[in-house]
Amino acid sequence: MHDLQLLKDALIAGDWKTAAAATQAAIAGGVAPLAIVTGHLMPAMDEVGRLFECEEYFVPEMLLSARAMKASMEILRPLLASTGAKPAGRVVIGTVKGDLHDIGKNLVAAMLEGGGFEVIDLGADVAPELFVETVAARQAELVALSALLTVTMGWMRTTIDALTAAGLRHKVKIMVGGAPITQQYADAIGADGYTDNASSAVALARKLVAA
Amino acid sequence: MSSLSQWLAGGLLIADGAWGTELQARGLEPGAPPDTWNLTYPDRVAEVARAYVDAGSQVVLTNTFRANAIAMKGDLEAINRAGVEISRRAAAARALVFASIGPTGKLLMAGEIAPEQARAAFDAQARQLADAGADALLAETMSDIEEARLAVAAAKDTGLPVVVSFAFDSGKQKDRTMMGATPEAVAAAMVAAGADAIGANCGAGVEFAAAICRRLRAACGLPIWIKPNAGLPSLEGTSVKYHTTAAFFASHFAALRDAGASFIGACCGSTPDFIRALVKARCGSN
Repeated sequence: MHDLQLLKDALIAGDWKTAAAATQAAIAGGVAPLAIVTGHLMPAMDEVGRLFECEEYFVPEMLLSARAMKASMEILRPLLASTGAKPAGRVVIGTVKGDLHDIGKNLVAAMLEGGGFEVIDLGADVAPELFVETVAARQAELVALSALLTVTMGWMRTTIDALTAAGLRHKVKIMVGGAPITQQYADAIGADGYTDNASSAVALARKLVAA
Repeated sequence: MSSLSQWLAGGLLIADGAWGTELQARGLEPGAPPDTWNLTYPDRVAEVARAYVDAGSQVVLTNTFRANAIAMKGDLEAINRAGVEISRRAAAARALVFASIGPTGKLLMAGEIAPEQARAAFDAQARQLADAGADALLAETMSDIEEARLAVAAAKDTGLPVVVSFAFDSGKQKDRTMMGATPEAVAAAMVAAGADAIGANCGAGVEFAAAICRRLRAACGLPIWIKPNAGLPSLEGTSVKYHTTAAFFASHFAALRDAGASFIGACCGSTPDFIRALVKARCGSN
């Protein structure tokens, strides 16, 4: 037993140095990279999500955990690739046009990255055409749209419509989030999923990619 | 005696209500930062300021919440100057002008910006607002203590009184900021930073404001600034609705006053009617 509990604890505590060291130690001890991801990283991520949802964790704790997750994934990714294991999925993420807010979007991107996704971050104030181009060029499986303002959330629908018009809608799953967004709104604009926080976005992304 | 305590010598002061949602009601287009209207539609911005002064606001803010170099682009010096001048004209001798400084919109701890960048942006905005003749500076809707420290330090360098206000909208009791800071932690850090008054704005609605006010008051000897929003909006079709009414909002006046508030106003979703209702509640409660 290569102190994998230590890894999980370090991820939950947001201690990236210990997380990286424990990941190295596990690999050196012969634990399969994929087993580290499914057996330790993912459960740790789920625990962080639970702590956030029951409001024991706030944004800083979640950021630190995401950073620790990323440190561990950076060590594991090349090994996973060499064994033919694929990333959890390829996500194109961005804040929709007219909206410069990116704290929520960055949190979701960090958590998705920590969760093993390949994340293509288009930034904030992203035009529908750029989402369309990127999805086509990079063959993404998932699009994550963010909006903080009630006045910009309409661009989510416009972006989804643009993906449909480009013939790409059936190739991607679309998830939406942001302060003014609700499940009802997500349904109304034809999104595939919605969550109200960054940690549960990872579980949603996994579910959408698997569907 | 500091100017702040002179202003408060006659009792608590009524501040203003929301700007963003009022400007939207006057045609502010989706996604455009309201601050640019100081240059493009100064008459409409002046209408909002005047409406609040007419309603009885003794302190009006400025339409400069985002006018720092990290949150937006443009001729920020002109936007900040015009913002103060518009509110000043509307206030005339009837109200004080507290100039609004909002957060950068970036997370320091995520490394999105360096502390020096935030400080430089706050320094520039604070100086522009002070040079334009603001009576005091207000760093508002803060969630990160570190960022607020930088804003307060920049504001203090101008020599004007400094109010710093946080958005408590997270946690089970809605008594934490997005970054998890409690009223006690905020009070201790902001007293140390040299703020002249501290407070809570926006947040989760007026129902939660008295408890936060009481805790801020218990944690420090500074005057307390309270400006809750009109609840969290919901979407009905394509229009955004705030559910708190002016009457319901003002029904909390006595609770806020008894909790030790020195400034009472309203935030997102409120209108001049909210301020009229607060003024009425104060008269009724004397």
